[in-house]
Amino acid sequence: MSALLSVEDLGVSFATPEGPLRAVDGISFSLERGAVLGLVGESGCGKSATASALCGLLPPGARTTGSAHLLGQELTSLSEPSWRSVRGRRISMVFQDPMSSLNPLLSVGEHLVETLRTHQELSRTAARTAAAEWLRRVGIPDPAARLASFPHELSGGMRQRVMIALALCPGPDLLVADEPTTALDVTIQAQILDLLATLRKELRMTMIFITHDLGVVERVADRIAVMYAGRVAEEGPAAAILSAPRHPYTRGLLDSVPGFRPRTGRLLSIPGAVPSPRDWPSGCRFHPRCAHADRICEETVPAAPGPEGGAACFHPVGAR
Amino acid sequence: MNPAFRRFRSVLAANAPARISFWVLAALYLAAIFAPWLAPYAGDDESRACSWAPPSALHVRETDGSWHVPFVRAVSYTFDDDALRVWTEDSTCRFPLRFLHGGHLLGLGEAIASPGQRVSDPVPAGRLYLLGADARGRDLLSRILLGSRVSLTIGVVGVAISTLIALVVGGIAGFAGGWADSVLMRLCEVVMLVPAFYLLMLLRAALPLDWDSRVVYFYIILILSFLGWAGLARILRGMIQSLRQSDFLAASRALGLSPWRILWRHALPQTFGFLSVQATLSIPGYIVAESGLSLLGLGIQDPQTSWGNLLEEAMSIAEIRLHPWTLLPGVFLFAAVLSWNLLGDALRDAFDPRSLS
Repeated sequence: MSALLSVEDLGVSFATPEGPLRAVDGISFSLERGAVLGLVGESGCGKSATASALCGLLPPGARTTGSAHLLGQELTSLSEPSWRSVRGRRISMVFQDPMSSLNPLLSVGEHLVETLRTHQELSRTAARTAAAEWLRRVGIPDPAARLASFPHELSGGMRQRVMIALALCPGPDLLVADEPTTALDVTIQAQILDLLATLRKELRMTMIFITHDLGVVERVADRIAVMYAGRVAEEGPAAAILSAPRHPYTRGLLDSVPGFRPRTGRLLSIPGAVPSPRDWPSGCRFHPRCAHADRICEETVPAAPGPEGGAACFHPVGAR
Repeated sequence: MNPAFRRFRSVLAANAPARISFWVLAALYLAAIFAPWLAPYAGDDESRACSWAPPSALHVRETDGSWHVPFVRAVSYTFDDDALRVWTEDSTCRFPLRFLHGGHLLGLGEAIASPGQRVSDPVPAGRLYLLGADARGRDLLSRILLGSRVSLTIGVVGVAISTLIALVVGGIAGFAGGWADSVLMRLCEVVMLVPAFYLLMLLRAALPLDWDSRVVYFYIILILSFLGWAGLARILRGMIQSLRQSDFLAASRALGLSPWRILWRHALPQTFGFLSVQATLSIPGYIVAESGLSLLGLGIQDPQTSWGNLLEEAMSIAEIRLHPWTLLPGVFLFAAVLSWNLLGDALRDAFDPRSLS
C-alpha cells in the first residue's frame, strides 16, 4: 500500500533581517491511510512549522525545501490559489487555542454552513442539517439548538469540538491537529482525545497529531516521530518508542515525565536548553546536552531514521 | 437580540446627554423627512410686502376681548427717520391658525372680519411667520425645515461613501500587504496632504456656478467623501493587519475559504464597532463643511436652501441686529452637530474595551 502522505527531506526556513532561519531541517516520514502519527517535541523544535508547511499556512517570506506528497500531489510547490483546493478538502487543521480560533461574530451554525458550502454544492437548509449532524458527531448535546450559539457562549472543550467538526466537515484526507488539547483542562483533554479516537475509527481518519505531551501522544498515535532542533531524532511505532527509546533525547523526555519510567525517586531533567535555530550545534544537534556524546557526535551528522524507523544516533541506548 | 444593538441601548440608558442627543437627532431627521408637509409654505413662496417680517405674534383675543382660536394679523411696514422698518398690525381682520390645512400641517384660514370691522378690499396678505421672514418675505421656518434635508443627509451619505472607500482600500491594503499595501497607503498619504477646505473651494470654483442644486448636492458629497476616506483607511489597514495574525483567520484559511470571503466575512466585520463610532463622530464634520461651502456661496444656492446658505443672511452684525431670527438656522446646525458628537462619544465609550466592567 502506498503512503497517503510522504514527506521527504522537508525543510522550512524563515526570512529574518539577520538572514534565513532554518526552523525545520530535512525531516522525512510517511503516513498510511488511517494511521495517526504523533509529532512530539519541545517548543521551538519545528513541529508547528512542519504543520504550517503541510497546510500552506507559513507566513510570507518563509521557504520550504524538499518534498511532501499527498496522494501523489506535490505540496511544497503549490501556489496560493492551488492551496485553496487542498485546504479543507484534502488537508484540514485543528488549532491549539479554541478560544481564539472561532470568529467571535459568527454563530457556530454560520461557521459550519460557510465551510460546508465552500466545499460542497449545498442549499442553505441542507447545509444547516449537515451542520447539526456534525455537531452531533462531535458530541455536542442538542446540536440543532447549538447552531445558534456564539463562540463566547461555549466552553473551551465545546469550542474545540466545534473546531474539530469544522475541520472534518469538508471530508479531508488528512487532519493536522496542532496541539489540540494543550489549551484545555486535563479532564476536557481526555474527552477530546476520546472524541478523536472515536472519529478516527468512524471516519478512518488519517491524522498528524502534534504535541509536546508524551502522555497525550500515547493515547492517540500509532507511530511517533520525536523532533529535536528541526530534525527527527527518533521515529517508530508508538509502543516501541515509549517502552524502549533508542535516542538519548527520547529517553530524557520520557524520564522527565512522571509515570512512564519505573520510579527512581526523582524526576530527571535534560541538562541545558534547546539551542536557537540561529545557532544549531554541529554534528548531532543534541550532543551538547547528551551524556553519551563523543567526537563523532560533534563532527558528523547522524543518519536520519529510515522508513522502518529508528534513532538518529551513533550511540543509541538499549532498553532498560 | 443583536449584542451591538443591546449595547447601544444600554449606552442610551446610562448616558443622559447621549439619550437626549439621540432623540434630538431622531426628531430632526423625522422633520427632514416630512419637511414639505411640516413646513407652512413652499421654499420659494415669497411675499415682497413682508420683507424681513419679524416672527408673527399669535393672538387669542380679539379687539373686543372675545376669545378665539390662535390667529395672526396681517402686517405692513413703514420706514422711520433712520430708514428702519416699523411694523404695524392690521386689526381689521384676523387669520385663524388651521391644522392640516391645504396639504400642510399648519396653515392660515380665510380672513375673518374683526368685531365692528369689514375686511378691506383687496384682502390684506396674512402670512404665518413663526420664525420670521427673509428679505423676500419667505418663511424662515419653512426654509429651515426644507434646508435640513440637505444639511442632515449630506453628513450621513458622505460618511457612508467615505467609509465604504476606506473599507475597500484599508481592507485590501491590510489584507494583501506587499506592493498593494505600499501603493494604497502612499495614495492615502497624498490625499491626506491636501488641505481639504481649500481644495473644496478650488474644485467648486472650477465648476460652473449655475449648476442645478441637486447636482451640486451630489458633487459636494463626492468631494467631501473623497477627502474623508484616507485617514480612516489607514486605521482600518492597521486593524486588518493585526487581525491577520489572529487564530480564527488562520483557521478560516486552513478550512479552504477564499481570501475575499475571509476578508469580508471574517476580518472586516471585526472593525464594525470601531467604524460605527468613527462614522458617528465624522458626520458633524461633513455637516459643517457643507454649511461652510454654502455659506460662502459655493454650495447649495438660493432658491434651494440648506442651513449653510440660510446663514449667509446672518453674516454681518448689522443684519443680525436688525433681523436676529436669521441666526436661527445656526441653532439647528449647532443642535445637530452637538448631538452627533455627544452620541459618538457615548458610542466610543461603549465600544472601548477598557470601559467594559
